[in-house]
Amino acid sequence: MVEILFYIFGTILVLGALGVITSRNPVYSALLLVLCFITSAAIWLLIEAEFLAVVLVLVYVGAVMVLFLFVVMMLDVNLEELRTGFTRYAWLGWLTALAVIVEIVGVVWVRGVGIDVSKSPTPTAPDYSNTLELGRVMYTKYAYPFELAAVLLLVAIIAAISLTMRRRPGLKVQDIGKQVAVRAKDRVRIVKMNSEKRS
Amino acid sequence: MPETTMTWQSITPAIPEIYLVGAICLLLLVDAFAGQTRRGLTPTLTLIALAVGAALTVMYGKVPQQTILFDGMYVADELAYVLKLFGFLFVAFGLLYSRDYLEERGILRGEYYVLVLTALLGIFVLVSANSMLTVYIGVELLALSVYAMAAFDRDSGIAAESAMKYFVLGAIGSGALLYGMSMIYGMTGTLDLQEIAGRLHEPPNLGVTIGLVFIVVAVAFKLGAVPFHMWLPDVYQGAPTSVTLFIGTAPKIAYFALTLRLLAHGLGGTVVEWSQMLGALAVLTLVVGNVVAIVQTNLKRMLAYSTISNVGFIVLGFTAGTPDGYTAALYYTLIYILVALGSFGVILIASRKGFEADHLDHYKGMYKRDPLLALAMMMLMFSTAGVPPFVGFWAKLRIFQALWETNHVWLVIISAGMSVVGAFYYLRVIKLMYFDAPPAEYPPPQHSAGVRAALGINALAVLVLGVAPGPLLDLCARLIH
Repeated sequence: MVEILFYIFGTILVLGALGVITSRNPVYSALLLVLCFITSAAIWLLIEAEFLAVVLVLVYVGAVMVLFLFVVMMLDVNLEELRTGFTRYAWLGWLTALAVIVEIVGVVWVRGVGIDVSKSPTPTAPDYSNTLELGRVMYTKYAYPFELAAVLLLVAIIAAISLTMRRRPGLKVQDIGKQVAVRAKDRVRIVKMNSEKRS
Repeated sequence: MPETTMTWQSITPAIPEIYLVGAICLLLLVDAFAGQTRRGLTPTLTLIALAVGAALTVMYGKVPQQTILFDGMYVADELAYVLKLFGFLFVAFGLLYSRDYLEERGILRGEYYVLVLTALLGIFVLVSANSMLTVYIGVELLALSVYAMAAFDRDSGIAAESAMKYFVLGAIGSGALLYGMSMIYGMTGTLDLQEIAGRLHEPPNLGVTIGLVFIVVAVAFKLGAVPFHMWLPDVYQGAPTSVTLFIGTAPKIAYFALTLRLLAHGLGGTVVEWSQMLGALAVLTLVVGNVVAIVQTNLKRMLAYSTISNVGFIVLGFTAGTPDGYTAALYYTLIYILVALGSFGVILIASRKGFEADHLDHYKGMYKRDPLLALAMMMLMFSTAGVPPFVGFWAKLRIFQALWETNHVWLVIISAGMSVVGAFYYLRVIKLMYFDAPPAEYPPPQHSAGVRAALGINALAVLVLGVAPGPLLDLCARLIH
């Protein structure tokens, strides 16, 4: 059963990934990437890494990809300009792909020869909670680095805001209170004047 | 897995860090609510926070013997305790010097002070690190804060450029550090530095050697040793002088601790290998730093190359590979920070709004304009040049002694020769101040009594410690042994 599910998810993942790089519309690419993340999360669930699966969906799908879609939709990206260098740098892409393929084959081959580089994880009891165990070490053994990592994120926020936020003078903003309080006589001036004589 | 119980007693030695995190959050909130009108509030509060932190450290941070907290992540010992107190002291002096400078350039914002405190937290984490995990987090905490500070003057193109260089090259250094750590972790199976020390033996295997090379490269990057020094002159020159002062002072404590805890303690089993690497780096650093400094016309850039040559001496102390060598390196680091603090402080005081006193010409005839400032600068320059009775002489002497005792005769000869070369450009500053006429009218240096008093104390410390070097030397020796 698990194997069948793995192959189903695996196929969807590979097709989705192919779609990401072949689709001409960047919005489709981003949406297909969301599909890839969700199917990988499903595959992680199959190997009982439920916390990672949930985090993948929450962080990558929920936050990163939404931001990505925003950027793709908000920015006026000139696709023609992006594609101009494609054939020139294609050899680099092929070289990278080749290196990755050699690495994958190497890993599979090492297993086939009988060298067990990493033991397959032993299945845990049904009531074992991955999240609970992670939380347990994170708030005991790793409490100190965990808290410091939080401070690190705080530093990143302070740095990003203090380097980018500036108060521009003369910026046009709405002041609802003033808008409501405005009266006709503040805006419209009725001028009485005699009609001019025809010359 | 052993269950760990965390009680108040078990974390009291970590009070300095815990307090600092609280102070950072509080300061951030106070600054946000204080608004534009009460700009002076945050600098004052930061100084108070540093004083309270130092007091708390004295009360709680001192431990009778080495204590390991947080499951081996954190070590509290006398070295960490004393270095933290020095951290508070140096940062407080640095902030005192830079307040007016920041205000005149319109970059006196609360975030600057918060970033200084987060950098200080990073220094503390590094000083007390007992695991490669905390070493890395400490390095990043310190580095990220400092990158942001270097870019703090947003309207200055040169500051942005230097911050970008610092960021990119710093990232390469951090990458090398992580790569080396992962190799060491793969070979020993632990992140704990004391356990690593127990599992590494001479001669190291290939994996450990590769990891060691990367860690040495990362340490050289962070310290600014040649050939990994490229970022240093540009950052020192480009960043606002107050930031240069910060970069040149307190973080050096952290990088000393990084070298000591990671190389000398954690990887102490491979001392033969890394001391050779450091020896080669030190020779290159001394030669390049001193020779290139001669041709500089910008004082900040000259002091940057002077920093490089001083880093060469610190690295030499580690090259000796003995506790005496580490003691000499610690002593040299503290003395170097004291002098750098004063030298950059002089630049800050001599600068006015719209006038950056960073060119050597600006110091011509300084004696006539401000005799006391010139006197302070003269004492600081004599000290770095290694002229007795100033304290720089003792710092250099200790390094030579440690090298001599470990039969590194050639290193002693080269470094002594290079300090003679270095003396030229330090003495040139004194000559400019006392014997040359100014080519143009320069605005008189700033007259803020408190800041000048602080600088006076700083310069006097250089003399007093030089006349009576005993207590600080004994303290350094006790901390290392």
